[in-house]
This record gives sequence, C-alpha cells and structure tokens, in this order.
Amino acid sequence: MNDMVHEQALDCKGLNCPLPILKTKKQIDAMQSGQVLKMEATDPGSVNDVNAWTRRTGNELVSHSDDGGIYIFYIKKA
Amino acid sequence: MSEPKKMALIASKGTLDWAYPPFILASTAAAMEMEVAVFFTFYGLTLLKKDIKAKVAPATNPAMPMKMPFGPQGFQNIEWPMPNVLMGNVPGFETMATSMMKQTFKNKGVATIEELRDICIESDVKLIGCQMTMDVFGFEKDDFVDGVDVGGAATFLEFAAESDIQLFI
Repeated sequence: MNDMVHEQALDCKGLNCPLPILKTKKQIDAMQSGQVLKMEATDPGSVNDVNAWTRRTGNELVSHSDDGGIYIFYIKKA
Repeated sequence: MSEPKKMALIASKGTLDWAYPPFILASTAAAMEMEVAVFFTFYGLTLLKKDIKAKVAPATNPAMPMKMPFGPQGFQNIEWPMPNVLMGNVPGFETMATSMMKQTFKNKGVATIEELRDICIESDVKLIGCQMTMDVFGFEKDDFVDGVDVGGAATFLEFAAESDIQLFI
C-alpha cells in the first residue's frame, strides 16, 4: 500500500497493550484538528484496540493495513 | 461529544500480577476520554506508595506458567513443572519469580506499573486511598505519590453511583 500523506508518525512496534493506545492518544492530543497520524504497531491486539479507541474518541481511522505483521494505521484527528 | 463516560475501580490487591489490571484499565479509559476514579483499599493501597515493591506469589497461583525469560526460543517455551512445596518453601523463590516476571514483561514490550501509574496521574485519573486501611496498616498520606486523595466507602460509592463501569479488582 502506498504511503498516505501524514503530518506525524509514531512507532509503537514492539510495544504491548495498552502502550500503543496510550502513546497514540498523547500524540493525537498534540496535533491539530484534521491532521493525520501514521502509527505502526506489531501488537495484533492493536487492530481491534485502535478501532475501538477511534470509535470512542471520535477521531477517524482513515485506513489500516497489515504489512507482514506490522500494522499500519492512519488516524485523522477530529 | 456528550457527557463523558465514567469508570470506578476498586484495587484491592498488591501483588505485581494484580497491580496491572487497575492501572491498565484506568490509563486506557482515560485515553478513551472517560472520567476515572480508582479506590485503593487493603493490599491495593501499597500500589500508591512512592516506591512500589509489588512481588508475584507463585505458590498461591498454581496456574502460573513457569517459563524462562532468556536463552534460545525453544528453551524459553519450556513450561517448568514447579511443585508447590518448592515454591512455598525455598527462600528467595518469590524474589526470583518476580524478577523473571518483570524481565518477561520487558521482553514483551509491556509497560512497568510505575509507567502506567505516571500516565494515570498525568491524565487526571483520581487515585483515592482508603483511610481505614491507612490507619490499620499505619500508612501516612506522605508515603504516597503526589495527587492521592483520601476517603472512605462513601467517597467511592458517590462516584460509583454516577459511573457507567464499576469493577472490583
């Protein structure tokens, strides 16, 4: 998949629950509305967790993909 | 967004394994923009101390997988049969099991209890120490990290009555 345009990037590879969510939240808080964060994780649980977190917080999960065990999320700040 | 969801937790246990659930849930709920209060009572109260000394007690957790956090993967995958008599009676077994569990958590990218607690404090989770347990155990408010509130059952119940999620851990 092509790299999507994003303003910020966050590497959560190797981190386990709940760190990818906690770090994503912190990063998103520091961004402007409409900006996109690219977050990469290796925790398979992060797929469901990021979906749940974005539904709950109103931020938009623009796309996510699995690149051979690395999960890539593009999240647009509400 | 409408009125934020609220979560009320009771943290009643002070071992390393049981220290995780309240801090994981509280930090994550705060990240999901919920209002969170955690009431620390009995052994859970020790998790508010400036220096957390929580250990894991294998003798009382017979289902705990006993694995080595080092060496080749095949070796790490072995589950060692540990008889209860050994776990309960060998001096230093708890200390060893505790450092192995901490190493395993580190290897697996799991946060430390201290990190999760710091995130809870940063994200305005209310940490409430049980006054009665403090009196019984001889703890002072100064023994705890900054930002801890002190209260009793009614303090917890007032918040819990308004909460969407209430869990006893």
